[in-house]
Amino acid sequence: MRDVAVVGFAQRQMRDFDGSPTCVELLVPLFKECYEQTGWTRKDVGFWCSGSSDYLAGRSFSFVQAVDAIGVIPPVNESHVEMDLAWAMYEAWIKIQTGEVDTALVYAFGKSSAGVLRRTLSLQLEPYTMTPLWPDTVSLAGLQARAGMDAGLWDERAMAEVVNRSLTDAEKNDWALRKGGSSVEELLARPMYADPLRKHDCAPVTDGAAAIVLAAGDRAREVCDRPAWLTGLSTYVDEMTMSRDLTGSASARRCAEALDLGGVDTAELHAPFSHQELVLRREAGLADDVTINPSGGALASNPMFSAGGIRVGEAARRIWAGESDKALAHATSGPALQQNFMCTLEVSTGSTTGGNR
Amino acid sequence: MSRTLSAPVTVAFDYTRSTGPVLGRFLTGLRDGVVVAGRTSDGQVVVPPPEYDPVTHQALEDFVEVSPVGTVTSWTWVPEPVKHQPFDRPFAYVLVTFDGATKPFLHALDVSSPDEVSTGMRVRVRWAEERVGAITDIACLEPLPAGEEAAPVVAPSGAVDPVTGIVVPVSLDYTYAASPEESAFYRGLEQGRIVGQRCPTCNKVYIPPRAACPSDGTPTAEEVELSHTGTVTTFCIVNVPFLGQRITPPYVSAYILLDGADIAVLHLILDCPADEVRMGMRVKAVWKPEDEWGTTIENISHFAPTGEPDADFETYKQHL
Repeated sequence: MRDVAVVGFAQRQMRDFDGSPTCVELLVPLFKECYEQTGWTRKDVGFWCSGSSDYLAGRSFSFVQAVDAIGVIPPVNESHVEMDLAWAMYEAWIKIQTGEVDTALVYAFGKSSAGVLRRTLSLQLEPYTMTPLWPDTVSLAGLQARAGMDAGLWDERAMAEVVNRSLTDAEKNDWALRKGGSSVEELLARPMYADPLRKHDCAPVTDGAAAIVLAAGDRAREVCDRPAWLTGLSTYVDEMTMSRDLTGSASARRCAEALDLGGVDTAELHAPFSHQELVLRREAGLADDVTINPSGGALASNPMFSAGGIRVGEAARRIWAGESDKALAHATSGPALQQNFMCTLEVSTGSTTGGNR
Repeated sequence: MSRTLSAPVTVAFDYTRSTGPVLGRFLTGLRDGVVVAGRTSDGQVVVPPPEYDPVTHQALEDFVEVSPVGTVTSWTWVPEPVKHQPFDRPFAYVLVTFDGATKPFLHALDVSSPDEVSTGMRVRVRWAEERVGAITDIACLEPLPAGEEAAPVVAPSGAVDPVTGIVVPVSLDYTYAASPEESAFYRGLEQGRIVGQRCPTCNKVYIPPRAACPSDGTPTAEEVELSHTGTVTTFCIVNVPFLGQRITPPYVSAYILLDGADIAVLHLILDCPADEVRMGMRVKAVWKPEDEWGTTIENISHFAPTGEPDADFETYKQHL
């Protein structure tokens, strides 16, 4: 395995992006930030990969338009996934492993506010027996939350504790849309929304974009004092239906089992609903002394197609800053934690592990 | 004022899907008023039946009818339904395990308040009045009245004329925003101007303007007002009728390189026989009457020949 590190990260998050759903005008300054962090120009980037969805944009081939932000003369080595930034990064990591390239810039974007996000996402469901019923994202998460409550695995107090900690930590995050902790009692006094979920249990609809820069070996050391080495990556998917056991996440558990999580001091978990953080902590077997979501996590802001990768970027920033020596980053997609990705980032290269070797 | 122009857009498509033998069997059952489950190798009875066994990965062939009455295993309230959900007023989505099944099934429950639903409650299928072989043949679930166990009215089963396909209409509503640069372009058109932008790196002039030069990724900023006259670089004669066509064929759709621009725009060439249109032909914009102008390219009705001599190939060969 080649040693590959995260050496650059930039993000934008906002409630309503006053711009086109192709987000070119958001991506140009993002790439500029990545060039400044690395001292590179676009010609130093060996591979590009983006994550986005035309269903979010409401137009076809929006990812092709987004390539304008790169500039393609001379031609660039470029790919796209209709998945979160974290999976775009996974493709780039594999590309670097092939030896074909040493560097990559991956990015993702989405203007969630262009449509009704929780409705649009019904189109990612099983198309014969689910999509025609238009079960929205919040409802599917509500079914999962109730299943765990009924099983005695968590309660509304545990969920409120997640929210309170997240919104308190989000005060330090300039990009957070929702921030400001109060108390568990105050949160529990707020009205139910989609019973058993209160509004603060659900991530806010967020527009945005993010970019991550990867580099192998000495290319990483050249541009970063403390590169965040990707020492393990794994991704698994559960069945699409809601008849699986919603109180856990088998795919998240398999992701965690494929990695060496010993010594993890920080975890950025992509949990768009408060109870999902509880599921993920349990499936990853994280000890109580692990710092969870110091960025505030997805409950503070959750830009579709970027928010998972932002967890990787936030974890990397803490490695760079010396605040963490080993961090876990997680991304999710699909209904009720159906698809999951995890990776470990470390201050030293160690030996790369993963469930997808 | 918002920096961008926006407009409502609805993207709609009817997805036609073949069902295959397993989902076809399930949907045929619904049409005939029975709930068909699949028995998997680990002894689970699953609704809808999975196409492949989750353990052995073999195609599922063991079907079993289960009761249309079952027990709620989880529920969520839907305070603000979205378009095309089973109800347009608040309701509950539930997971229900039908009697005889071992795994839960997702559908809507017809109750008017969260106080009327609880885990463990007994519910039954309410069949749609007209059943066609789709998941919506179950109109919804409803609380099982006290003392009742059997579901009412079930048409005779006996898979005559099995369901082999479904049509799922999908329609998504967006507020579509033009980029700031495109917005400037459309606002210019409203004033009878054609506005492009120049890339500061390669000096190319783009129309419509884009947020970044696609050649080198540099943000474009400098506005350039372009001539209303240009050259046909390439064209095609449209002979084929299609849905939504507004002009009777044959007519010409052409790429027109406006004088001063580095990228051609697509528009119509009218006011001359289609077979006289040629590469290099000089054309000018024909605008609609000013009182019909809006923030749209349709302000320009079409392009028409200027009568000037054709442009030299050398002047546009880089733009083909």
